[in-house]
Amino acid sequence: MGLLALFRKTSSTASVAKERLRIIVAQERSARGSPDYLPLLRRELLDVIRKYVNVDPSAVQVNLGHEDGHEVLELSVSLPEAHRGG
Amino acid sequence: MAEIIVVTSGKGGVGKTTTSASIACGLAQRGKRVAVVDFDIGLRNLDLIMGCERRVVYDFVNVIQGDCGLKQALIKDKRIDTLYVLAASQTRDKDALTSEGVRRVLDELAAEGFEYIVCDSPAGIEKGAHLAMYFADRAVVVVNPEVSSVRDSDRILGLLASKTQRAEQGNGGVKEHLLLTRYNPRRVASGEMMSVDDVKEILGLDVIGVVPESPDVLSASNAGAPVILNVESDAARAYEDAVARLLGETLPLRFVEEPKRNFFARMFGG
Repeated sequence: MGLLALFRKTSSTASVAKERLRIIVAQERSARGSPDYLPLLRRELLDVIRKYVNVDPSAVQVNLGHEDGHEVLELSVSLPEAHRGG
Repeated sequence: MAEIIVVTSGKGGVGKTTTSASIACGLAQRGKRVAVVDFDIGLRNLDLIMGCERRVVYDFVNVIQGDCGLKQALIKDKRIDTLYVLAASQTRDKDALTSEGVRRVLDELAAEGFEYIVCDSPAGIEKGAHLAMYFADRAVVVVNPEVSSVRDSDRILGLLASKTQRAEQGNGGVKEHLLLTRYNPRRVASGEMMSVDDVKEILGLDVIGVVPESPDVLSASNAGAPVILNVESDAARAYEDAVARLLGETLPLRFVEEPKRNFFARMFGG
């Protein structure tokens, strides 16, 4: 990189790309072997929750994992600040 | 025994046909008997890249449908004795390729004594792409250091690991390799482009070649002479290295470092 480059903005878009890919690829890989109903389940859950609380689509995470030979359906909902404890 | 190599990527425009043509030429230059087969039914293009578009009489679908024999459809390369091209058909019928038909043609190519069958996959994950990879022993996944291409490659790796004959039979699966194209070391150095190691880390695969971004690739397709035949090109040497690695040689990666520049260029960037 030249001297003039020192004066340019130095944030690297390549590292942003890498980080975004790392997350989406991991997410898509974990979804690969999982049952087809998970996306639908997630959508319906989101609709039900939204009847009561206005959450963001990314606030509902549904994951199917394995623990000690059992299949575990993990559901995580992050509520917006204003609704916490209310 | 013929080895079937699929060149695939998911995303279009990353260099599958360029790579198929150069790998097929490179193997043939080393004396191997090679057939390169275009699976992109309806969008035939390998013939143009190989420079034999005016010699296509019969195509892949004609052979499958029994309109002609395999030998009548194989186009012998004018530069390398041991290289043959099987063109895709320009039919719009998407069902022209059948699993049974493809199997029969591949078996027949093997029986003809071809040592390598290079399958040039269409983009996407539809039937053509599926059949191009289904019978493969090895896969060369062509990827650009760019987000959409990397993501699509991962999708293709998932299909290679599940929707192929080798995966279904459970005999070790398809051997997968990454080949990066349009690599620009200068942009990697300045943090604008993901590096070989970045892509390798995300996809978790060995890299069989890194082809630098080069104007020679367009010139080669303009002329109908696969870029590997251009002795003065870095892209050609990168493809030669990839072919050597396919054949089991261990070589360090070339053309991944920024070329040395003179004092003024370094002072003022650019």
